[in-house]
Parts: sequence; C-alpha cells; structure tokens
Amino acid sequence: MSAAIATPKTKAIWWGVNILVLLYAFIPVIWIVSLSLKPDAVLNDGRFFPSQLTGEHYEAIFQNNDFTRALINSIGICLISTFIAIIVGTMAAYAVARLDFPGKKFVVGASLMIAMFPQIALVTPLFKILTGIGLFDTWLGLIIPYITFALPLAIYTLSAFFREIPWELEKAAKMDGATPYQAFRKVIAPLAMPGVFTTAILVFISCWNDFLFAISLTSSERSRTVPAALSYFTGATTFEKPTQSIAAAAVVITIPIVIFVLFFQRRIVAGLTSGAVKG
Amino acid sequence: MSTATPVEEDEGTRIARQRFSEGKRAERRLGLMLVSPAVILMILVTAYPIAYAIWLSLFRADMRTPDQNEFVGLENYVTVLSSSIWWKAFGFTLLLTVVSVVLELILGMLLAIVMHRTIVGRGLVRTSALVPYAIVTVVAAFSWRFAWSQGMGWLAGDSAPLTGEWSSFWIIVLAEVWKTIPFMALLLMAGLALVPEDLLKAASIDGATAWQRFWKITVPLIKPSILVAVLFRTLDAFRIFDNIYVLTGGANETSSVSIVAYNNLIKGLNLGIGSTMSVLIFVTIAIIAFIFVKLFGAAAPGSDEGRR
Repeated sequence: MSAAIATPKTKAIWWGVNILVLLYAFIPVIWIVSLSLKPDAVLNDGRFFPSQLTGEHYEAIFQNNDFTRALINSIGICLISTFIAIIVGTMAAYAVARLDFPGKKFVVGASLMIAMFPQIALVTPLFKILTGIGLFDTWLGLIIPYITFALPLAIYTLSAFFREIPWELEKAAKMDGATPYQAFRKVIAPLAMPGVFTTAILVFISCWNDFLFAISLTSSERSRTVPAALSYFTGATTFEKPTQSIAAAAVVITIPIVIFVLFFQRRIVAGLTSGAVKG
Repeated sequence: MSTATPVEEDEGTRIARQRFSEGKRAERRLGLMLVSPAVILMILVTAYPIAYAIWLSLFRADMRTPDQNEFVGLENYVTVLSSSIWWKAFGFTLLLTVVSVVLELILGMLLAIVMHRTIVGRGLVRTSALVPYAIVTVVAAFSWRFAWSQGMGWLAGDSAPLTGEWSSFWIIVLAEVWKTIPFMALLLMAGLALVPEDLLKAASIDGATAWQRFWKITVPLIKPSILVAVLFRTLDAFRIFDNIYVLTGGANETSSVSIVAYNNLIKGLNLGIGSTMSVLIFVTIAIIAFIFVKLFGAAAPGSDEGRR
C-alpha cells in the first residue's frame, strides 16, 4: 500500500503487473507499426515483428494525393472546430460555473443530452439538410456537427476547471472598478489557460477520431478526413494490397496524437475526470 | 438582507440595494449572453434535425424514386419494426453493449486499482494506459482486423475468425473493450482517490481482508463514479459503428443498429427508413438513460444536486 512496506518482493510483483499494462496498451500499436514496415515479401508470414524492414510505404502514402489531401482536411477541420468550440465553450462554461442566470439547468441538461446523443440519429437528417443548403461534402459541413458534439465536453471540462480558480481575484478586480466582462477577460482568462488548453486537446482528439460523420457527410477528397479516407484506401496499383499503406497512414495519424497525449498526460487525466467526478 | 429594515431604510442602503440588483441583472444578462451561442448551436444541430427526422420518418422518401415521395403515416415504423434485419441488429447491439460494458467495468476497475496503487513506475503506467484512448478508433480497428486476418495476422494463423458470426462478435468486443478500458479506468480512479485511506487502514486493522475492504468500503464509496462511467459507456457502446464498419462491415450478421441505419441511408439512399431508424435509436438511448437515472440514481455529471 504505502511506500513504507515496499519490500523488493512486492516491488517485483508490481513491476510484473505494470508490464502487463504496458503490453495491453502497446501491442496493437506495435503491431500496426510493424505491418507498416513490412515489405510485400514478408507481409503474409504472420509474424509479430517484421523480419525485413522497408520505408517504401511511407514514401508511397505521401505521394498519394488522396492521403495528403485527407491529412490536410483532417488538420484543417479539426483545428477550426476546436478553435470555435473552445471559444463558444469557454463563454458558456464561465457562465455555468460562475454566473447566476435563468435557464442554467437547461443548458447543463441540454449539453448532457448531446453528450449522450446517438450520432447516427443525426446522420440522416443532417445528410438531407446539408445537401439542401449546399454544405454536403464541404469543410463547414463537418465543422458544424463537430463543434456541436465538442461543446458538451468543452463545457463540462472547462466549468470544472473554472470552479477551481481563486475567484477572490475577480472580486478584487470588480472592486477596483472592472466590469464583469473585464474581470473575465483580464483576470480570469489568463488563469484559466491551462484548463482551456487541456480541453482543446480533448476536443481535438474527439474530432480527429470521428469516423461516422466523416464517411456519411462527405463523398470526395474535397473534405474527406483521414479516418474516412483510410477505409477507401486502395493500393498504388490495382494488384497491390493496401494493407501496409493503411498501416503506414494509420501510424502517421496516430503517432503525433500519442506523443501529444503522453506529453500532457497529467493534464489530460485531470481534464477527462474533472467533468465527470467533480461535476 | 435589506428587507429586514424596510421602513427606516436610509439612503445608503437603498443605493447599495439598487446597485446590487443592477449587478444581479447585469450578471443575468451576461450569463445569457455567454451561453446563447452554445445553446443556439446545440439546438440547431441536434433538436432541429431530430424534429426533421421525425417528420421525414412519416414519408416515403427514397432518393432513388423522388417522384413517389408521399405521406405514409407510420408505415415506415411498421416496415422497420417487422423487419428481421432490424431486430437482429438490435439484439446484436444490445448483447455487444452488455458484454463490452461488463468486461470494461471489470478490467477498467483492475486497471484503475493498478494505476492508483502501484508503488513503482506510477507515471509510466498512467501514461501508457492513455495510449488506447489516444488512438483513432478506426486505426485500432484496422490493427485488430489485420491481426485476425488469415495468413497475415499474428493472432489468426490459418484460421479466418472474421468470417464467422461468433468469432467476429468476440473480436468486435475485444476491439471495443481495448479502446475504452482507459476511459473507464480514469473515471473509476478519480473515484478511488476520494476513498479515505484511514478508513481502509482501520478496516484492515479490524481484520477485513482486501476482498472485503473492496466490496464493503471501496465499492459503496465510489458507486457514483461507477454509475457515471457505466452510463456513459453503455450509451456510447450502443452507438457502436467504427469498429464494426472496419472489422466486418456488418457481414455475417454482425451489424449494429448504427450500421443498419447507415446502410439504409448511404447505400440505400432511403431517407424515410433511415430516419425511422434514427428516431428508434434515439428513443432507445433515451430509455436507457432514463432507466439509469431513475432506477440506479446515476447523478449525471454537471447536475449539481447530490454530488457536491
């Protein structure tokens, strides 16, 4: 339990347990990396580690316009969605955490409902609506639903962070003559930045991860994001199986996020749990 | 408050009260102003389409035969609810949800305890446990698909498990559970952190075994965390789409309700039937959420009551 009774034996047991966790977390990742490095000759040998290595699949996908275009779409759409969701979400979260206004319960309830909303239920009507107003297969057509589904996450996480801020400072600012808006912008916003940043990572990941909207509301490389493009991948030639290309593309879109998450691990854990536990 | 001295209220208190209520009003106005963009957006993108889906579900709206679109009342509902494909998918989704969430809860609890208790390499464990969370679901699904592909996969050998219904079911469960254990574990770990260490120590001194301490002290204390985690994951698992789409594409009777609805819309271009399924899925999710909140008293995160 506590460090006081850490005998070498219990330590060894815990290391064993830890290694199990590491294996659990990393095996599918190492496997996809391994596949992406296998040349065609050994693709079907069924081995976990590649016996020969090649980087050709990485070269190939970056010469593949469908992939590079999808990568640009993914980055652009997710950055814009995150940016807007954070601005709108910060405003709402501040109000929910700090201000007394009519309909607050409604806001909290509505965002909870949306967090649990079955996205598939929106696909049919959104498909029809977006086609009607000419936004089908455009960046905006994906950005709008992404922001909407990011908002509950943003509002919960941010309002949990906002509750931790020392609000006496705001009072002091108001006493010195600041309006509520100035108190928000000049005093609280800088203090809230770490929480905002964490929330931005979580929101970005949820956009980056989306597949359902990406394949339902797009139809071409114009706005198709990487997860959707992966499922349409074909080899460079019709004879080539796209397995390693898919694996290489998968690694390309995975590694940056994994590194990012590992780097900001502490904050992300705080962000993921704050909304649900502290309310 | 100033109401205590209504009669002989002096000039100072009157001004102060006026300022106070002005401040209150300004606060309300600011509050409404700040939440309105979020609320308007959420309503526009969810409430309106759902209303529209209900409306569409009452029409024959097949995009392949646009001239035959007409009001058909509840005919679409009769069609869907008497379709064996729908009920097969519904049963499959329910079973998948129950099995995945139970496994996730058990394994998530184990992982949470490891992350909470480990005396060596705590940072390492907590960090690497986030990896499955960070990975795009589709990417993880491809990894599992290739791993179980005949010849190519390190897990498959000479078998082709993704061509059978039950073997596919378990692979889908594996992919789903692998990806979502960390989320479950993090929520549970946050609950574990609130269990007073002294209480566990006292019980230990009184002779309670680790097993008893877990069931009699830890579990009751972290029940709110468990309920929230299970509620979130149940609703999430019921909408499973990505994993099935990549792993089997819904072949061999492994379609979830989301896959069936998607197929009717994108492949069948049948908006009427697609909308009907959308509405039915929405209603099912609402019922599940209602059961959780009413029966188990799961306090929804964000609802202040009963929580702090």
